[in-house]
Amino acid sequence: MIHRVRKLSLSLALLAGTLAFGNLSAYTLEEFKFEQPGQHEAFRDLIAKLRCLVCQNESLAGSQAGVAQDLREEVYRMMLEGQSDEEIVTFLVDRYGDFVLYEPPIKPSTYILWFGPFIFLGVGGYLLFRTLGRKKDEPEEDLTEAERARLQRLLAAGGDKQEHIK
Amino acid sequence: MTATTPPATTAATKAATKAKRRALIPLVIFMALAALLFYGLQLDPRKVPSPLVNKPAPVFELESLEDPSRTVTNEILMGKVSLVNVWASWCPSCRQEHGELMHIARNNDVQVVGFNWKDTRPEALEMLRRYGNPYVVSAYDPDNRYGLHWGVYGAPETFVVDGEGIIRYKHIGPVDRNVWETTIRPIVEQYRPQSS
Repeated sequence: MIHRVRKLSLSLALLAGTLAFGNLSAYTLEEFKFEQPGQHEAFRDLIAKLRCLVCQNESLAGSQAGVAQDLREEVYRMMLEGQSDEEIVTFLVDRYGDFVLYEPPIKPSTYILWFGPFIFLGVGGYLLFRTLGRKKDEPEEDLTEAERARLQRLLAAGGDKQEHIK
Repeated sequence: MTATTPPATTAATKAATKAKRRALIPLVIFMALAALLFYGLQLDPRKVPSPLVNKPAPVFELESLEDPSRTVTNEILMGKVSLVNVWASWCPSCRQEHGELMHIARNNDVQVVGFNWKDTRPEALEMLRRYGNPYVVSAYDPDNRYGLHWGVYGAPETFVVDGEGIIRYKHIGPVDRNVWETTIRPIVEQYRPQSS
């Protein structure tokens, strides 16, 4: 029993560890040492915002690619030199383009990307409400005399059938 | 009676064509979207456009691969159209394009400058010994010191640099005969200094 509890707590600890450090565990973030408190967190946040160009669905924080390590070291070096996040990001964008940013900047060429969905939603909503409104305004066409007679006939026939089933 | 019927019919047909046209709208939207997405499928996400095109080539100062005592700088790019080819011995695509680079260096008035990237000297030299050396010189950057400034993120990459040292084009991936003839060569011709 004690064994089982131990096993369970061990695997839980391992699971928590995997979840917490899953994408940071293979290279060690500890190799980047900072003296001032908070800088380590700032570094971690910054490299999480930058894209690795080799494995494009990974951030610099998560990637094992050689180029990603080079860029991490460069970011680290610049941070130690006291450069701001903005300066570092500008440095990288000047060399690698906006693609290095996970979140594309808002500028004319990305307006469609940022605002397109809202425009589509607006147009779609407008069309939907207009169609619904029009449906409401148009009165249902009245049945003609012939149709009315047929309806009566059908209803009567249906009633009969139901009687039969019962 | 006969006078009033024709306008009524035209109005009816008009309404009918209008309804038909309306029914076509979703189809048109769908086709436009399909065309857009199909175009998107042709794009290669690995080919990231370089912000350095039409900007001066980043400054660099590196040892020559062949001769550590010799320094290679941007000076080498001045006065001639150059292809700056990022290569490494560990990169299979570099080996693949090597023959074409040899061909280009031999048959054209363009200098091919090597940028040996994240490689080791013995292995790089071995590759040149074995397959030939198309480069007037190779800058040796084992630690990605200047590759980073050039926005290099993989090998091979090839930059076209004009005689004033301005980057005019960046090709990502191997250069083959087709890429050279249809893409790179016209750009090289365009920026060749007019000396007559």
